[in-house]
Amino acid sequence: MNDFAVNFFNLQILSRVWPSLLQGLMLTALLSVVIVPVGLAIGLSLALLNTLRICALRWAIVIYVDLFRAFPPLVLLIYVYYGLPFFGIDTDAFWSVVLALVLNTSAYFAEVFRAGIEGIPHGQIEAARATGLGSFQAMRYIVLPQAIRNMIPDLLSNVLESVKLTSLASAVTLPELLRAARLAQGNTVNATPLIAASVIYLAFLWPLVRLTTRLQRRTLAGQK
Amino acid sequence: MQTFSSNFLNWDIVQNYLPDLLAGMWVTIKLSAIILSCGLIVGTGLALVRMARLKLLNAIIIVFVDVFRALPPLMLLVVAYFGMPYLGLRLTGFPIACIVLAGVLAAFTEELLWAGLSTVSVGQYEAARSTGLTFFQMMGYVVLPQAFRLIQAPLASRIIATTKNTALASVVAVPELLSQANTAQGYSGNATPLTAAALGYLIILLPMVVVARRLERAGATR
Repeated sequence: MNDFAVNFFNLQILSRVWPSLLQGLMLTALLSVVIVPVGLAIGLSLALLNTLRICALRWAIVIYVDLFRAFPPLVLLIYVYYGLPFFGIDTDAFWSVVLALVLNTSAYFAEVFRAGIEGIPHGQIEAARATGLGSFQAMRYIVLPQAIRNMIPDLLSNVLESVKLTSLASAVTLPELLRAARLAQGNTVNATPLIAASVIYLAFLWPLVRLTTRLQRRTLAGQK
Repeated sequence: MQTFSSNFLNWDIVQNYLPDLLAGMWVTIKLSAIILSCGLIVGTGLALVRMARLKLLNAIIIVFVDVFRALPPLMLLVVAYFGMPYLGLRLTGFPIACIVLAGVLAAFTEELLWAGLSTVSVGQYEAARSTGLTFFQMMGYVVLPQAFRLIQAPLASRIIATTKNTALASVVAVPELLSQANTAQGYSGNATPLTAAALGYLIILLPMVVVARRLERAGATR
């Protein structure tokens, strides 16, 4: 039992590796802060372009969305990181992660936004247009505010997934929280850094999990 | 353009590494099959156990589900793989990937199914029991089919996510498709094996994505 505490909950080790874990946490936060808004913006743009009902554009969007939803994000990341240098493009690990994860999450967000916008009854748009609003205004003031309210649970769970995905950055040696913990575990020959990193993830993500659970249950109950 | 095709779509390289890549794909399919079946069964089991409403047991299930939903699957894999030796346990990557990823799927399945089960109206349960069905008959014939219908779309996308997550097993030295491709890419100094692997994943996953899209549409119009 004592052995267990020494190997997994060792405060001495923790205080030694704490600074590097914090640095890892900062990098994880930075990745999330870049990837989530950009993914949201691209996803929303794709969903809006989809409402223009231009046939070729719609097909292109469907292919983009299905392709990047079908692509395992880790495969995409490895492909970007090891593939781009063959083009003579210098790949920085950070921007490879950003590119790969933005492609992935924007596809998911596009799908959520599309479903949300299509869920608003057409009469709403017609009524808005009848009062003299332009099609952009109708979208901006009538459709989106209602759609986004309905989408919040799905958006939130996708944000959660995106933040979790940043841990893939460790595969291309970017020292975010997971990689920092791995390095610290290797250096100290002790599992405490891994436990500490898990606890840090939990501290930030558990509230989000609870929130999505509650919101999703509400939508499911309303759907019936 | 020449360099693009020779570096990304080089048929000679594909031929060289095809046996490895196919072996990797087979491991990916085996991993997925084990993880999906175990995860769905355990998740369903947990949701049923939760229906017994035993306080302590439910608390344990909730903590398990929340932890496995909150932590990145790669973090869980790394903790299991690199933490276990400190307990004096040595397992290879394959069983660890199976256990961890099935655990993640079980957590999501339990969560979804529990929500579905609590949405099926009480009258359905009562009517089933009053016709003389036992608890398991009621669940099997009346309640579970309705609950699974309610959650089919999110469950389908979770199944897809789980299949994609098998690529994470490459991090714990399981010779699945991605890790085979990565090795081949390293040996050949050419990105073609990665293209081939990407195609392999698309072959496995695109049909699933198309079915999931159907289910989503079906769920939305109902």
